Amino acid sequence: MDLQTWTWILVGITFTLYIGIAIWSRAGSTKEFYVAGGGVSPLANGLATAADWMSAASFISMAGIISFNGYDGSVYLMGWTGGYVLLALLLAPYLRKFGKFTVPDFIGDRYYSNVARIVAVFCALIVSFTYVAGQMRGVGLVFSRFLEVDINTGVIIGMIIVLFYAVLGGMKGITYTQVAQYCVLIFAFMVPAIFISVQMTGNPIPQIGFGGQDANGVYLLDKLDGLHRDLGFAEYTSGSKSKLDVFFITAALMVGTAGLPHVIVRFFTVKKVSDARKSAGWALLFIMILYTTAPAIAVFSRTNMIETVNNQEYKNMPDWFTTWEETGLLSFNDKNNDGKIQYLADTSKNELIVDKDIMVLANPEIAGLPNWVIALVAAGALAAALSTAAGLLLVISASVSHDLIKKMMKPDISEKGELVAARLSAVVAVCVAGYFGINPPDFVAATVALAFGLAAASFFPAIILGIFTKKMNKEGAISGMVVGIVVMLFYMLKFKFDWFGGGTKEDWWFGISPEGFGTVAMIINFTVSIIISKFTPEPPKEVQEIVANIRIPSGAGNAIH
Amino acid sequence: MKISDQNSYWKTNLKYLAILLTIWFVVSYGFGIILVDELNTIRMGGFKLGFWFAQQGSIYVFTILIFVYIRLMNKLDKKYNLDS
Repeated sequence: MDLQTWTWILVGITFTLYIGIAIWSRAGSTKEFYVAGGGVSPLANGLATAADWMSAASFISMAGIISFNGYDGSVYLMGWTGGYVLLALLLAPYLRKFGKFTVPDFIGDRYYSNVARIVAVFCALIVSFTYVAGQMRGVGLVFSRFLEVDINTGVIIGMIIVLFYAVLGGMKGITYTQVAQYCVLIFAFMVPAIFISVQMTGNPIPQIGFGGQDANGVYLLDKLDGLHRDLGFAEYTSGSKSKLDVFFITAALMVGTAGLPHVIVRFFTVKKVSDARKSAGWALLFIMILYTTAPAIAVFSRTNMIETVNNQEYKNMPDWFTTWEETGLLSFNDKNNDGKIQYLADTSKNELIVDKDIMVLANPEIAGLPNWVIALVAAGALAAALSTAAGLLLVISASVSHDLIKKMMKPDISEKGELVAARLSAVVAVCVAGYFGINPPDFVAATVALAFGLAAASFFPAIILGIFTKKMNKEGAISGMVVGIVVMLFYMLKFKFDWFGGGTKEDWWFGISPEGFGTVAMIINFTVSIIISKFTPEPPKEVQEIVANIRIPSGAGNAIH
Repeated sequence: MKISDQNSYWKTNLKYLAILLTIWFVVSYGFGIILVDELNTIRMGGFKLGFWFAQQGSIYVFTILIFVYIRLMNKLDKKYNLDS
């Protein structure tokens, strides 16, 4: 069977599955809509969290980024997993005990202030919107490459599917579709990885395989380091970023992960505090499978690609080369007119430009795997993008219907009215996300990585201080959040978008990139909060009692309004 | 629950956090970033050790840390009768 038939079959089966689950798990109350009724098992929640977390970026782009950056790509591996340790140890159990529906709920109640709540809603919306646009684009990309439909049609099909299960099922529908989506995406990620690992090293476990030897007994990583040296690139296992910057980017990604509202909210869906801890453990275990495989895929595909194309005749290139050339993600320019492809670090002589997003999607083709494996990768990429998009849309809709309408504008709204409002905001959010997917603003790619910096600069300190110090008051927390996010936005706009006079790498403060600046902004947030709180009145007695109470796990009860 | 019990429960929790987060810091920022060049002189099969910690080892340790924390806290909850 040809690739396109296989892809339609696999995508069709998985989409039918998601829709079936959505119909089976319709939400009947706001509690079901926001937190899936609060009775999700830790195992199911771990699976759902893993799918929620692993986006199109993790599935499609990450192995490619590592493939091109070698050791420097480690920031994503450590950053996007290490954050779960912080979540499990410092946030999830206490936020679950607190027992509310959203992150702004916690901030607003803990800091007894609607100003704090609005600041939190604002941060949640910025972070979630920048993130969701990238997901819809990923959906469009997969559709256009594998099903040969227009990229915009792909985005619209994706929108309709998400609309269906997010609006109908709310958190309940999302949770159980995410469980299914995890299974699809991990299967799709692992099958080609195992195939290629066997092909290249004879070892079926990719995590071990990429430290193994090729057919000539040369260690794969040594071979790749050698290829990199020959072509003028930095050595694969050493990288080229400064140590300080690697340190700060890793920290910003870890802390940002722990501060992302769509991840935190997943821990509100379990029954009790010990279940929240357990789900974090399961979630990281499931994420670990993909995250430890990605660096192996990176090495396999990098070696494979260099060996297939470098110094080879252009006219002898395999089919996948031309198919990807058509998408514009791969381009060849024969500068010295010798009919051969020269792939070099020196941009004046390099003749091949490869987009990093190709590596995972084209990897099975480069390795010559059967069509059903390639189709599986397409279905997996869609599962990754849709599951994350749905989780983000729910945060957006809950921010509007719960935090803004119910908690601030119209507190007497009925349960039914709030549910309608939640569904309507989900519809609007899907449409806005779809619009950005079809007309991607230039800043999307640049800001997705920065969403972590924003989360690190705003939420993380406010939540940590709210749990670990009884004396932190609203004045401290609000000024910390505002200063943190403003400093982060300033740095990002200055060095990414050339506002405020712009600046180049040489002008970075202490040599820290915008991606790593979230760590600095977080430290500023902590410092400002603590200093201000020393000079302003203590929080009221009942708030201090709430803090004492969330530290004790028993009697978590159900999530309440 | 008595106030003194609450305090000692919380203190033990903080002690666990301090120990586990130290390990968390050492395997990632320590072995994977600060000491990566020194560790890269040591080899483990085809892997340079520093590189391995940055791309594999730290992630395994993170996962183990969470499961250790779950165990420790479940025991602590039991001791203070908080595992309702």
